[in-house]
Amino acid sequence: MKIIISNTSDSPIYQQIKEQIKDAILYGELKEGELLPSIRALANDLRVSVLTTRRVYDELESEGFITTKAGKGSFVAKENLELLLESRRHMVEVKLTEAWNAACSLGISKEELISMMGLLFEEGENE
Amino acid sequence: MNKILEVKGLKKDLGTFSLQDVSFSLLEGCITGFIGLNGAGKTTTIKTILGLVLKDSGSIEFFGKDMNLNERELKNHIGIVFDEGYFYEELTLAEMKSIIAPAYSNWEESVFHKYMEHFRLPLNQKISTLSKGMRMKYAIALALSHHADILIMDEPTSGLDPLVRSELMEILLDFMGNGGKGVFFSSHITSDLEKVADVLILIDKGRIILSEEKDVLLDTHGLVKGEKMALNDQTRELFLTLRETNYGFEGLTNSKHAVRQQMNNVLIEKPTIEDIMLGYVRR
Repeated sequence: MKIIISNTSDSPIYQQIKEQIKDAILYGELKEGELLPSIRALANDLRVSVLTTRRVYDELESEGFITTKAGKGSFVAKENLELLLESRRHMVEVKLTEAWNAACSLGISKEELISMMGLLFEEGENE
Repeated sequence: MNKILEVKGLKKDLGTFSLQDVSFSLLEGCITGFIGLNGAGKTTTIKTILGLVLKDSGSIEFFGKDMNLNERELKNHIGIVFDEGYFYEELTLAEMKSIIAPAYSNWEESVFHKYMEHFRLPLNQKISTLSKGMRMKYAIALALSHHADILIMDEPTSGLDPLVRSELMEILLDFMGNGGKGVFFSSHITSDLEKVADVLILIDKGRIILSEEKDVLLDTHGLVKGEKMALNDQTRELFLTLRETNYGFEGLTNSKHAVRQQMNNVLIEKPTIEDIMLGYVRR
């Protein structure tokens, strides 16, 4: 699994780590039932605080991606692809809301915004 | 997370300098960095916590027990490393050890020898002939040979070369690896803390200014650069420090998110712990 923390990114450190672990689960790099590193080991390797890695694991657990067994460690939860796709969809909605907000503040109309989107799709198809 | 040390309302008047209502706590499993300029009160705080300087008022609890009432028992759980070492220069490492060891009821000779071997320290060498780095390692070997749960270090890295400092950081992380431990570590060399600390506490003029998770500090603070046009009465409020020149401005903010929303066309860079420390103590 690769985890790269960007110093120039807008998102907080814990978010960056969390998303990359989710990616690893989504792309099957981390398998169902696989043991994750301990919060201290992960924190040491990434040079971040244990409080950060703990927050990452806590959130991943409450979102159902991993399970933690006392004294044994944290494991990748079973059957979570559905869940992951759903969370990805939610992320797209969040980003679209941001784009919509920016568009509103600049007075860009609905039609204009939709045509921008259309353009992106066309470009994507041409590649 | 459990609190392994809780300090509340600590006061100590030393005439020209005083600790004023110092309160903070250390969490289990965390390396806590204690930062501040020279003379800010780091050493006085540590000495007061350990009972080496008598406090005027306030309470100190290790593992939920009052330090005053349980000093002997609690000190068995504490490993201490001071900047100077306070060793007898004429003794060998083995001789000095046999003076210190009996003070701890759970001293373990095999652990001590393991560290001495690991740090490549010869037992028959005189303390006066040790380099600064070797002294520090010797002090750590002594501090860790009685199954301490909390390691308290005052400026352990000052005067050490970068390689030895990074070795020390590895030792600390290794110590933490077993779980249930804590490290309290004062330093003005903030780059060391950048690598290993989980929580940072900033002291200035005898007062605690800041106590926060390191990553949260780094996430919420930002070094902002841009044109002076972006500054107005409202956006100025977002800065802890601000330096304006003919060409633009540069400042430290503690609300990066607000800057991003309210200021256009500015560059926001990640600050270092040092930037943040200076942002607070200069005010």
